[in-house]
This record gives sequence, C-alpha cells and structure tokens, in this order.
Amino acid sequence: MNPSNYIVLSAMLFSIGGIGVLVRRNAIIVFMSVELMLNAANLAFVCFARMNGSLDGQVVAFFVMVVAASEVVVGLALIVTVFRTRRSASVDEPNLLKY
Amino acid sequence: MNTGEAVVFWICAILAVSGAVGMVISRKAVHSALWIALTMINLAILYVANSAPFLGMVQIVVYTGAVMMLFLFVLMVVGVDSSDSLIETIKGQRIPALLLTLGLGILLVWGIGSSLTGAPDAGLEQANTIDGGNVQGIAHLLFTSYLIPFEATSALLITAAMGAMVLAHRERWVVKPTQKMLSIARFRTGGHPGNLPNPGIYARHNAVDTPALLPDGTPLPESIPAPVRARADIAPVDHVDLHDVRAISEGHSK
Repeated sequence: MNPSNYIVLSAMLFSIGGIGVLVRRNAIIVFMSVELMLNAANLAFVCFARMNGSLDGQVVAFFVMVVAASEVVVGLALIVTVFRTRRSASVDEPNLLKY
Repeated sequence: MNTGEAVVFWICAILAVSGAVGMVISRKAVHSALWIALTMINLAILYVANSAPFLGMVQIVVYTGAVMMLFLFVLMVVGVDSSDSLIETIKGQRIPALLLTLGLGILLVWGIGSSLTGAPDAGLEQANTIDGGNVQGIAHLLFTSYLIPFEATSALLITAAMGAMVLAHRERWVVKPTQKMLSIARFRTGGHPGNLPNPGIYARHNAVDTPALLPDGTPLPESIPAPVRARADIAPVDHVDLHDVRAISEGHSK
C-alpha cells in the first residue's frame, strides 16, 4: 500500500462529482457535486505534497479552498436570484438565452 | 504508509465514497447536503493523515461549517421539497452522460493508479519541522513565494462578497407603509379599535369556544378566536352554568 491510493480515491470522488454535475437537474445538487470535485482535487494536491516532501501542494489546496468558498457565495446568490424570478431551482429552467 | 494509516485510509475512503454516491443518488437535496457533509469530514481526516493538520481543520471549519450551512440555508429558502424533475431537456442525455463519466473515472483510476506504483513517498516530517510546525511552514510559503496570489485572493473575496450582495439585493418598488398608513387603512375598512374582547372563560371545558357575554346576557361571537369561529365551534350559553358562576362569584355556595 502506497500513497497513490489517495490519488485513486481522489479520482473516484472526482468522477462521482462529475456524474452528479451531468445527471442531476437540481441546481443545488449540481453545485454540491462541483464542490465534491474541488475537494477531490484538493486531496490529490495534499497527497502530492506529501509524496514530494514539500508544502507547496498544501498551499495550493488552501488557495483552492479560498476560491471555492467565494465561488459558493456567488453561485448560491445566483441560484437564489434565479429562483426568485423563475420559481424553480432546476438547471433546465433558465433557457431564455438558448437561441 | 504504516498499518495505522492504512486502517484510517480504508475506513475514511469507504465512508467518503459512500457519502459521495449517496449525495448523487439522493432524491431530496437536504439528504444530499448531509451525505456530502459526511464526505467532507472524512476528507478532513484524510488530510490530517497526510500530515496536513492545518488543511484538515480548515476543511472542517470552511466546508462542513460555512459552506454546508450556506447550502442548507439556501435549500430552506428555495424550498426543501424541490426534488429533481424527471423531464430531460436534451433527450437521452442521462445514460450517455453516466456512461461517459464512468469511463472517465475508470480511465483516471486505471491510468493514474498504474502510473504511480513506484511513486516517491518523501513524507512531510522534514518540511513540517523546518519552520517549527505545519502552520508555520504554510505561513512561511504564503508570505514569501505565494505573497502575490495571497493578496489576489483578498481582492477575490471582497469581489465575491460584493457580488453576492448585489445579486441577492432586492430593490423596494413600493413605499414601505408606515404605522400611520397602516392604521388609516385599517379603520377605513371598518376595523375594530383596539383588541377584540376575550372569550368568556368558565374553566369547565374547551374555554376558548365559550363566547363572552354582553351586560344583557347575550353572547358576543367576536370574542371567539377566528379559527374556532370559522369551523362554527361555538359553545351554546348554558344559563344554568351561568347561574352557578354568578352564585360562586357572589360567595354563596349551592
């Protein structure tokens, strides 16, 4: 057993998050899946830092967390705004810019 | 990786993957939020196992603390029972999407997993002790080589906060009614000045359905609360009871 198990776990979580983004239609669940994908990438960063014996990977994971937090704030505000006008949290509803 | 870490890894990995799968297959969004909170906590434990205690704590505080609470808050605003619609906007999109992502997952796991068999495992013991600890080491890097990105994140956070305020702000289109306007509107339609009379309480049964009595002995239906009045649940005035009550209140016993 070596640290690459963490990378495999990270790849699995990333794919599960991808399935959630593509299959689910509720905007909030899609958003949670995006968070899961970001976390999977973070796990890979932390593991790479440990494999290479340098803290740079942890700093990058820290930056990913900062960006994810601000992304959550703006994204949830968007969901609330869309819900207020369309009365729906489905990602298929906002289709006015389709054509 | 020693035995203890292997045990921690397998427990947390299984819990994290089951949390992720539960998040994707839950019908209700609240259940999804709880499942992904499980995943986040297990990832935090795995960070600590990877000698990243600072990131583990940040993961718990930021993700399970702040982000998931924000998600739950928005879920409550949007409506807890807003489950998925089964209508596919793009016909037959689900199955190919599922298969392609599964293919991506197999490719990632197989490709990366097999390429990492002889990977180095330097460990962070030296990097964590050189500045006196993990937090000090990260702080050293943040304020030296990563100073510019670190400053940029402050601009990002301020922009995100501003963006959320602008997006969630709702302009008031009508004037907020003052207390004076409210009372004028109330009395123009013939509202009752002051409180309505209480129901007549004779603590013998469900007292709120007992109407209060006017001085001449007639019952006053307005003294019954409106919901009780709406289902016509008004107790008839029992004059024998009334006689008893009057006798008790005047100090005579029967």
